[in-house]
Amino acid sequence: MPESFDWQAVTLTLQLASITTCLLLLIATPIAWWLAHTASPWRKPLGALLALPLILPPTVLGFYLLMLLGPAGPVGALTTRLGLGTLPFTFAGLVVASIIYSMPFAVQPLQNAFAAVGRGPLEAAATLRAGPLDRFFNVTLPLARPGFATAAILTFAHTIGEFGVVLMVGGNIPGETRVLSVAVYNHVEALEYTQAHWLSAGMVVFSFVALLILQYAASRRIALLGQVARA
Amino acid sequence: MSRIHGHLQGAYEDFAFDFDFDLPTLGVTALFGPSGGGKTTLLRCLAGLQRVSGKLHCDGEVWQDGRHFLPAHRRAVGYVFQDANLFPHLSVAANLRFGLRRVPRDDRRIDFDEAVALLGLEPLLPRMPQQLSGGQKQRVAIARALLTSPRLLLLDEPLASLDLPSRAEILPWLQRLRDHWAIPMIYVSHAPAEVAQLADHLVLIDNGRILAHGDVNALLTRADLPLAHLDEASAVVEGVIAGHDDHYHLTRVALSGAELVVGHRDLPVGQRVRVRILARDVSLTLVPPHQTSIINVLPVQVQQVTATHDRAQALIRLDLGGSSILARVTRRSVDQLGLRPGSAAFAQVKGVALMEGAGSP
Repeated sequence: MPESFDWQAVTLTLQLASITTCLLLLIATPIAWWLAHTASPWRKPLGALLALPLILPPTVLGFYLLMLLGPAGPVGALTTRLGLGTLPFTFAGLVVASIIYSMPFAVQPLQNAFAAVGRGPLEAAATLRAGPLDRFFNVTLPLARPGFATAAILTFAHTIGEFGVVLMVGGNIPGETRVLSVAVYNHVEALEYTQAHWLSAGMVVFSFVALLILQYAASRRIALLGQVARA
Repeated sequence: MSRIHGHLQGAYEDFAFDFDFDLPTLGVTALFGPSGGGKTTLLRCLAGLQRVSGKLHCDGEVWQDGRHFLPAHRRAVGYVFQDANLFPHLSVAANLRFGLRRVPRDDRRIDFDEAVALLGLEPLLPRMPQQLSGGQKQRVAIARALLTSPRLLLLDEPLASLDLPSRAEILPWLQRLRDHWAIPMIYVSHAPAEVAQLADHLVLIDNGRILAHGDVNALLTRADLPLAHLDEASAVVEGVIAGHDDHYHLTRVALSGAELVVGHRDLPVGQRVRVRILARDVSLTLVPPHQTSIINVLPVQVQQVTATHDRAQALIRLDLGGSSILARVTRRSVDQLGLRPGSAAFAQVKGVALMEGAGSP
């Protein structure tokens, strides 16, 4: 390992991914619940909107986030008036961007998991005196647990792999917004191939392990869905 | 007397319903009718699983009116789903305790061990739902609903998804709990045999409307209703075990005004029973037959003669000591015997189904 190994970038990246995953699961759960159960005509447009980050070039997303969060944008104006300053080129700004960028990776597995649980077990719970929150925590949550695991792993891994959005919204400030992918880019630019290798190989191994865990989670999920179908 | 009454209306793409009802919450009330007629919809509305417009009162408590809607989890009903609907992530014991734990201790009238014993669930407690047969799942579902000590037990065709042997397995359990706890039940079915076996009170439903409701014997034998015109049209009569004939291995059943003989049944004398007689198993004669292999010959009086869809046949309602039974005979026989309302005759009954445990008094 080279003496100038970029530990700062690694810890910053892990921090960003952890915070993004926690916040996004909290935000995505009610959205996914609504999408899985509503009959509203807004379901499909909203579903499409939330899936946009899947296909938009990260630079496009980053560009609009920059406009929105910058001092001239409506959100930027609001954060300035609240005394929070503007978000671009800060760690908080990166978290906001990551949440939006990874939204479909959390919403879709949760939505599928909620839909697979179906109304049956929830109706049974209702006739057994369980109120709405009781039903969510004691019926939906245990039955949809593999969906939560998938959402968490995908969000975490996807956030670690971010580059375009980070560069647009966060820039390249050491210790504040310089995450792993940006650090690799810097090393390659500076022809520091050894450092680039250490970081890149680490990313490859990490990503492989994450996907491997997902594969096992997926097979457990199929088994659990089978149980729902049989019970 | 406790009652559930209301007026519920709603419409879906291809189905509209308008149920105006006032039913006793006593004994077993069967909601009977063809599939797609709205029976399950009505049951779901009673449970609060489906929200439609209208009003609903149960034993003086408002469950729904223009402003209020009591959600499902605050209604004191138990619900048994057609497909059992057990929680796949919980063992049988945990499924049973799910509802029990959520009922305040003071409101619990049904004991865990008692319900487990009554439904024969002891050996199943540690198992997961996936390891149970269809009939076992349904028994767990029934016990799970009972353990919430419901004021009213709603059952949505609990036997429909089961094969014949499993049905035969469940029905006696339902009779036992009806007789053991006297919990009022509302039971959705489209099987006349189940209705004849369990119901005290019958509600006929078709096409989103209530066609008629009343006592099971009266409704089964009313010629203006579709039940009497089914191929398996039948009547049910209450009786009491009068004695046993050990030599011929027979059991005698006393009805009001007559006595029936059936194959030996191991039931104590005095036990209340219910007898089902199919219309097609009854033939009529004007003089008491002496040389016949048919052992059940009952004195009856013709109440009504009705035409049927089959132009060769007529449906005859007979008075048997205050209850009605049906006979299906040819129109030619009606003319030859001169059968008219008021005629005295003898009904020869070829087959009798005896069912344990009469309904609530």
